[in-house]
Amino acid sequence: MTTAIIEAHDLVKRFGSFTAVDHVSFAVPEGVIFGFLGPNGAGKTTTIKMLTTVLTPSDGQLVIAGHDPVKEPLLVRRAFGIVFQDPSLDDELTAAENMELHGVLYGVKRAQRLERVEGLLHFVGLWERRDDYVKCFSGGMKRRLEIARALQHRPRILFLDEPTIGLDPQTRNQIWELIRELCRDERLTVFFTTHYMEEAERVADRIAIIDHGRIVAQGDIAALRQQTGGSTLEDAFLALTGCSIREAGAEPIDCMRAMRQARGSRR
Amino acid sequence: MNAVFILWLRQLKRYSRSRARMIGMLGQPILFLLALGFGLGPTFARAGHGNYVQFLAPGIVTMGILFTAVFSGVEIIWDRQFGFLKETLVAPVSRPEVVLGRTLGGATVALIQGGIILLVCLAVGFRPAHPLLLPVALLFMALIAILCSAIGTAIGSVLQDMQGFQLIMNFITLPLFFFSSALFPVSDLPEAVRLAVRLDPLSYGVDGLRGVLSGGFVFGAATDFEVLGGLAVVMLAIGTHLFSKIELKVDPAHQEDR
Repeated sequence: MTTAIIEAHDLVKRFGSFTAVDHVSFAVPEGVIFGFLGPNGAGKTTTIKMLTTVLTPSDGQLVIAGHDPVKEPLLVRRAFGIVFQDPSLDDELTAAENMELHGVLYGVKRAQRLERVEGLLHFVGLWERRDDYVKCFSGGMKRRLEIARALQHRPRILFLDEPTIGLDPQTRNQIWELIRELCRDERLTVFFTTHYMEEAERVADRIAIIDHGRIVAQGDIAALRQQTGGSTLEDAFLALTGCSIREAGAEPIDCMRAMRQARGSRR
Repeated sequence: MNAVFILWLRQLKRYSRSRARMIGMLGQPILFLLALGFGLGPTFARAGHGNYVQFLAPGIVTMGILFTAVFSGVEIIWDRQFGFLKETLVAPVSRPEVVLGRTLGGATVALIQGGIILLVCLAVGFRPAHPLLLPVALLFMALIAILCSAIGTAIGSVLQDMQGFQLIMNFITLPLFFFSSALFPVSDLPEAVRLAVRLDPLSYGVDGLRGVLSGGFVFGAATDFEVLGGLAVVMLAIGTHLFSKIELKVDPAHQEDR
């Protein structure tokens, strides 16, 4: 048994009287691709935010790459790279400038940075487009750039929050191939969330299913199928979480995004 | 320190690439300069106060710096709503460094805008009383820029969306501007307005700049310098505090997980 690089014990997050994450425990061994599944509003993103130091847990313990994200956020941040659910690039900068900014923020030395940026941009097929503004990029190109960026400081853990949403199958496969290569060659640990059950089934080594803030099942996929008697992971998922459709509230950010899109389409 | 530099550089790149923003932020002060400077000039002269453009120019330069610098605070809201802020939040960089880089970047952009407005003032007939004191004028402009940029950072850290920003812009920047004695002399003012001018931090910027460029301090160069410098440090500290606090509650809604 390899040692765990991500450990959560009785993790809790409350927002007022609402408990978004309710006594969640799991461990992710190093070099593993870990899928974190759940319906809308189950607590996936809240969990990722706590793991990545941007949200403070209400209760419970976390150890990420040997450090406590609450007490030593800077050490934890150095150890992981993240691709968020929504883009987090600066649209007004070029691809290369976004990479440079990241490298400087993470203290990557100049010579090393130039070498890695070239390698990574080739890796994700964006080297030719390095001097183009990110605002001209398609969704898939942005996603690939974000993955390249997240890997620039050689993290031990890569967090991917819905990494392939809205991507075509070609891009999706290409991205997973890249990631699997890294897990194999560099012992990178990947923690990802997804809605696509067949995607989790194909790429994940281990999974956990969260619903209403609680882990309802975890382990490898064959064990889960056996546990629920389903033939696919989707069957298992539905057996565990039920068939009702979840509602997630619209945040101000959704309204902003909608407004921005409306404005953009008028132009 | 590299992180501060790269975030500063980012603000400058964004500014230099957005011609529309650059011109938009120049429009209002220049309109004030031309319309008020020449419109009220004869009345001002008849009242025995001399050349109004000469009096007004330092106030207009301050206005340009104020608006640009506070507006740079808006960028925090945009960055938060459209993603980039997250990149700085998970980076292994302390919050004070992030705030310092952003604030100095906004201040530098505002200083450049102020410089352009000063050139426009020169073009329409403004003449500095002591051309040799121009470096001192630039120092005052830099202090005003840092103070206003820090105010913008503090506001941008607290607000969640642009609607709120407009509101506070109008209730903070416009009063700051109007009571700063940018448009009118302090002498012979009613007591209440005089008090408002004294309480307005920007008054010390206008006074310092006017003293150096046009001659005639009201509060004195040393007082202006101390108040501006002191407040800039205090506002930076407040901005850093608010910025650090806001980040931890990235999720205002209960169900943020879509």
